[in-house]
Amino acid sequence: MSVRRVMGTEVEYGISVTGQPSANPMVASSQVVNAYASATLKARRARWDFEEESPLRDARGFDMSRAVADASQLTDEDMGLANVILTNGARLYVDHAHPEFSTPECTNPLDIVKWDKAGEQIMLDASIRAAQLPGGPAIVLYKNNTDNKGVSYGAHENYLMRRSTPFSDIVGHLTPFLVSRQVVTGAGRVGIGQDGRGQGFQISQRSDFFEVEVGLETTLKRPIINTRDEPHADPEKYRRLHVIIGDANLAEVSTYLKVGTASLVLAMIEDRYITRDLGLETPVASLRAISHDPTCKLTVALKDGRRLTAVQLQLEYLDLAKKYVEDRLGADADAQTVDVLRRWESVLTRLEDDPMLCAGELDWAAKLKLLQQYRDRDGLDWDDHKLHAIDLQYADIRPEKGLYHRLVSMGRIETLIDKGQVDDAMHEPPTDTRAYFRGRCLEKYSASVAAASWDSVIFDIPGRDSLQRVPTIDPLRGSKAHVGELFDRCDTAEQLFRALTG
Amino acid sequence: MAQEQKQPKKSSEADEVDETAPEGTVAERKEQLDEDIDAILDEIDEVLESNAEDFVKSFIQKGGE
Repeated sequence: MSVRRVMGTEVEYGISVTGQPSANPMVASSQVVNAYASATLKARRARWDFEEESPLRDARGFDMSRAVADASQLTDEDMGLANVILTNGARLYVDHAHPEFSTPECTNPLDIVKWDKAGEQIMLDASIRAAQLPGGPAIVLYKNNTDNKGVSYGAHENYLMRRSTPFSDIVGHLTPFLVSRQVVTGAGRVGIGQDGRGQGFQISQRSDFFEVEVGLETTLKRPIINTRDEPHADPEKYRRLHVIIGDANLAEVSTYLKVGTASLVLAMIEDRYITRDLGLETPVASLRAISHDPTCKLTVALKDGRRLTAVQLQLEYLDLAKKYVEDRLGADADAQTVDVLRRWESVLTRLEDDPMLCAGELDWAAKLKLLQQYRDRDGLDWDDHKLHAIDLQYADIRPEKGLYHRLVSMGRIETLIDKGQVDDAMHEPPTDTRAYFRGRCLEKYSASVAAASWDSVIFDIPGRDSLQRVPTIDPLRGSKAHVGELFDRCDTAEQLFRALTG
Repeated sequence: MAQEQKQPKKSSEADEVDETAPEGTVAERKEQLDEDIDAILDEIDEVLESNAEDFVKSFIQKGGE
């Protein structure tokens, strides 16, 4: 009934080696991850534990056969690619051809922003370290989603949900929300179509790459609702909703509202609070049409015969959410829930009036405003290379070159988290989830941690023949309140393991 | 960085200035606004990749996810 929920984000970064467009991206990605791991992790480097991964399990109640799955879907196989767990509880690894950062499990939108930003900072740090190695390549990383030549890579969100919620309810009520939320969460893109050849600006980096309404895939036939059923928690109680239809946001308000509003809508779905059917006639076509209209005036057809703009659809969800929070929490609503509702309303109201009024908060509006100023000054058409270059360079994560960072340093984009807090989050885990246990184990007993994953830490304890696996199946256990005192008391992994099992 | 301190501006200053401009000084305000935008674009020009066409063409990615 609030924005609080166990959740996390995963971002794949675009990668280029300066002056070498044909450089092998897997090699370069590995260099980035390994450079960071070697420089920051003490002693032994824990492996990723693949035991509980099940990427082919479908939420609709079946498993896809390994024989028919695309090789890219077999994420439970250790391909020998760089893959490390950090002391902040996050995972830094190579996913096919990109370096990827998964935040630790967080419980609220501001923490997501903080650890998502820590991920950017870690990527920047890693690329600098890779360049400093003898013969090291000059690697530049981009927090975006497409090369505008037909390739897209993802920025995913994960939300822990009650297993008892029928999946069909999620599909029904979440689809119109995801289709319309791009007016808040889009990262902005120069170019139309998967290869970006069409002239113009669109709201989302990802919308042109979605082809079906529901499905298990993430790299082909991308679905609006992804059905991967891999809870990393007690499967009787929970499912992990894997949302693949998001843009990689740099703007902190965009990220904050992305996960805050999704969390609220999921709470309403779990509580069967949504009784209006906001279903769209043609979700995939509407998704693209909305993205292609930066004026936010275009209407799409609902099954009930109405036609609404994306902003009006979002206002329907906002209206429901305000009533829901008032009904269930009243004056007891927590500060972040109140703040998400307030900001959501403020942004939607201004988007309806003039989207450029959100240029200080939302990625796509900030990018479009900058592009329009260049067009006005230099008389540029949308197919001008300079505009495409500005789009790319907006997402360059280097503070001295990235245009998002330039706009922040000029005071033109609002931030929510202090730089010092982001620096801390590069090394420290959230205190209120199992990420605390994972991170502290890595920080304090790294020599004795053989492997770890979201739901386990595996110790190699001197004097014991076999490895000892500590399951961490409940995302809310292993918090500082739960085990902080144990870490203070136990100097060695063996002492910790005894205390846990004794 | 010296560059960063050159033109410190509040995020929505430009819009506010425009909205609250009193009658009669609109042209003057408009001029200020243009200067403000020019200053931003000048600063960004300094960090933009010099050969936009090469830069855009050489940004080639492989799929992921």
